[in-house]
Amino acid sequence: MEQIHFKQLKETLNCKTLENGLKVFILEKKDFNKTYATFTTNYGSVDNHFVPFGENEPVKVPDGIAHFLEHKLFEKEHGDVFQDFSKQGASANAFTTFKRTAYLFSTTGDVEKNLTTLIDFVQAPYFTEKTVEKEKGIIGQEIRMYDDNPDWRVYFGLIANMYQNHPVSIDIAGTVESIAKITKDDLYECYETFYHPSNMLLFIVGPVDAEKIMDLVEKNQAGKDYKDKPPIERFFDEEPAQPAKRKEVLNMPVQTPKCYMGYKEKRPERQGKELLLRELSVNLLLEMMFGKSTKNYEKLYNDGLIDPSFSFDYTEEQGYGFSMIGGDTSDPDAFADTISRMVEDFKKTDINPEDLERARKKKIGSFLRALNSPEFIANQFTRYEFNGMNLFDVIPTFEDLTAAHLEKALSDHFQDSQLTICQVKKKQS
Amino acid sequence: MTLVDHHVADLPGITLHTVETTKYKTTSLILQLKSPIVEEEVTRRALLPYVLQSGTERFPSSKELREALDSLYGATLGADLSKKGEYQVITLRIDVANEKFLSDNTPLLDKAFELLSDVLLKPAKQGNAFLSDIVQKEKRTLKQQIESIYDDKMRYANKRLIEEMFEDEPYRFNVYGSEKEVDSITPEILYDYYKKVIQEDEVHLYVVGDVSKEILKDFTAKHFVFPNAKAEPKRVASSGKRRVDEVKEIFEEQEVQQGKLHMGYRTYITYSDPEYLPLQVFNGVFGGFSHSKLFMNVREKESLAYYAASRFESHKGIIFVMSGIETNNYEKTVKIINEQLKEIQNGNISDGELEQTKAMIRNQILETVDDSTGLVEVLYHEVVSRHKRSIEEWLEGIENVTKEQVIGVSKKIELDTIYFLRGRGDE
Repeated sequence: MEQIHFKQLKETLNCKTLENGLKVFILEKKDFNKTYATFTTNYGSVDNHFVPFGENEPVKVPDGIAHFLEHKLFEKEHGDVFQDFSKQGASANAFTTFKRTAYLFSTTGDVEKNLTTLIDFVQAPYFTEKTVEKEKGIIGQEIRMYDDNPDWRVYFGLIANMYQNHPVSIDIAGTVESIAKITKDDLYECYETFYHPSNMLLFIVGPVDAEKIMDLVEKNQAGKDYKDKPPIERFFDEEPAQPAKRKEVLNMPVQTPKCYMGYKEKRPERQGKELLLRELSVNLLLEMMFGKSTKNYEKLYNDGLIDPSFSFDYTEEQGYGFSMIGGDTSDPDAFADTISRMVEDFKKTDINPEDLERARKKKIGSFLRALNSPEFIANQFTRYEFNGMNLFDVIPTFEDLTAAHLEKALSDHFQDSQLTICQVKKKQS
Repeated sequence: MTLVDHHVADLPGITLHTVETTKYKTTSLILQLKSPIVEEEVTRRALLPYVLQSGTERFPSSKELREALDSLYGATLGADLSKKGEYQVITLRIDVANEKFLSDNTPLLDKAFELLSDVLLKPAKQGNAFLSDIVQKEKRTLKQQIESIYDDKMRYANKRLIEEMFEDEPYRFNVYGSEKEVDSITPEILYDYYKKVIQEDEVHLYVVGDVSKEILKDFTAKHFVFPNAKAEPKRVASSGKRRVDEVKEIFEEQEVQQGKLHMGYRTYITYSDPEYLPLQVFNGVFGGFSHSKLFMNVREKESLAYYAASRFESHKGIIFVMSGIETNNYEKTVKIINEQLKEIQNGNISDGELEQTKAMIRNQILETVDDSTGLVEVLYHEVVSRHKRSIEEWLEGIENVTKEQVIGVSKKIELDTIYFLRGRGDE
């Protein structure tokens, strides 16, 4: 077992890659009551075109299948695994993103038993035609719930504006029509392809003994017969650098209009240190442009164009990447004009060293605050690891960032040709 | 070992609660201001925290105040409002990095105390009024915040249920106040109300982090100096004792894909009652978890919904049930939900269900106190109810709840109001 010390943060991470390829990470947090564990596969809603395990020809599967599989994995011959966790005093859950599917539990009781339940249920699929059919009603209502949510619609509307071919533009849950096509055989095919231990990561954080836990996981995995597996072949159509659409207006029965805008990454191919540097640079720039202590924020707020729902973020994963700025606004058109003008004006001036320092401090402080949360650590660490980065490099990287890094990201990322806008306006009835 | 090292110190005008722990990399300062819900004041009270966090004497604009916070390694300042039983509570909060994890040695905590105290006691003002441009902006934001509830159908349905169910009780008021009232608030009226708050509100400060209680007491005494002797805090008797004559059924139509079914029950049991713990177990068996009767029957057996859950309000003694369904499944779903309550009243609770529920509640309490916000929420129950219940007593009490007690509690519970937001034209 390898140990990595993060001296400044006073944390030690234990890790090991097992023989079958599974990566295991354990972070001891002795003061906590809660242990939180996530078992994550590097497989999400965008992975809809691939060569199934043991075959030669690529297939395309229905939209929403990774999420459907996540729901169905909880059901076993003996019943629902949720119940096993809850009998053991733990609460279980799962979620699907564009790139990952994570299964998790949190408990203040029997960690070893719950951990075994987590690993075993994810590694023992059981799908039948009957249970697959039953799930269609439940997921149908989940999709309807999001259909009524204007924040969700405008966020995904923005992403759909950006991508012409990449499946990131498809809703994670699919549609009522697309999930109707899903069969149990489709689920097995996806499962066999993407749920091999070599494509997965287990993270445990809490008041645990790392040695003992690692031992348990190793023995559990040694008892299962996994064959070596060739790398997964995934296919994505060529994606042009330019956004699919400059602007989209959704009409919904809302009281307050919304506007989200974002810049599409031209070359989202970065991984590792390069990606980390990029993410932190753009996030720092957004903070300097639109953070609460900036002149821009003050102006937007004074002019009534934003309220506390205003937010911004940058994210990049292999194949797609974008910044996003938006929220509720009384005037979505004035909002869009003002934001894009502010970005252009910011590009014309030099990076102010004092502003940079203040934004840097702010980002470091909020990162420390995020580390109070075991959920944040496990979920983010996994995302970082799948992209060749280390979560605990964030503070040193923030400290190393210079004005030159920022200048580069500024001129490269915030280009008007990459800008796209999505608004929700009040439906006239 | 005690689970939470909670110390209380009474200082002039303020009660300090400290919890010393090495769990976090930040220190949280959480100020709670409590006052009964009063119709004429609800909207003023809702506006006040947002005006306070927009400027102080030293930093008279939001921008200057935010710059000061950023320089303290991104200390965050936030304001929030909540309803706890018959009280409307204002929360002001600062989170600041613990110096131990930083390479630089600024006395962050002392400065954070000073800032929070300034926000409460030295607001930006002119004469006997708040700055009018701040008030004007925050009025606009508050209005937008009230309007936005309409756009989140789950929140909207919950708000409508409460308005209908408590039509002649102060609990009916939205914690953010009413849109109509906002316009009538002037910088003078708000400042008058502010003076009243400083004079009359019951003020509690919670500090959670890796700092000794002695230092925290010094900081509090140094920074939180109230103008003069404060009034005795006001108390209100809960008005939750009325009986239900007839179940109210309210329908509303909107252009939605999914209908929102919300149901309100009176339990006549609140935090300080001995039956509070059996009520918690009841709620767990009924709809609090994924093994509960509502989830199992509405979602798992019938595939009617993605969610079907219940939750309770500890100080008002109310249970809310909520589910998102197809409009034409209304009758069927209500029938299933009613049957689940009857099942419990008839004693149909398995030993497994009971034990599973207790294990989940235990887990939930222990997890909640791992998070500083959750911890303060739990500790604050004691202030609102004036009833002490340590985490250990809570855990032990849950363990000892019997099936008979749960059945006993269930028989007191009465459905009061059903609110259904249905889609248009898909009947």
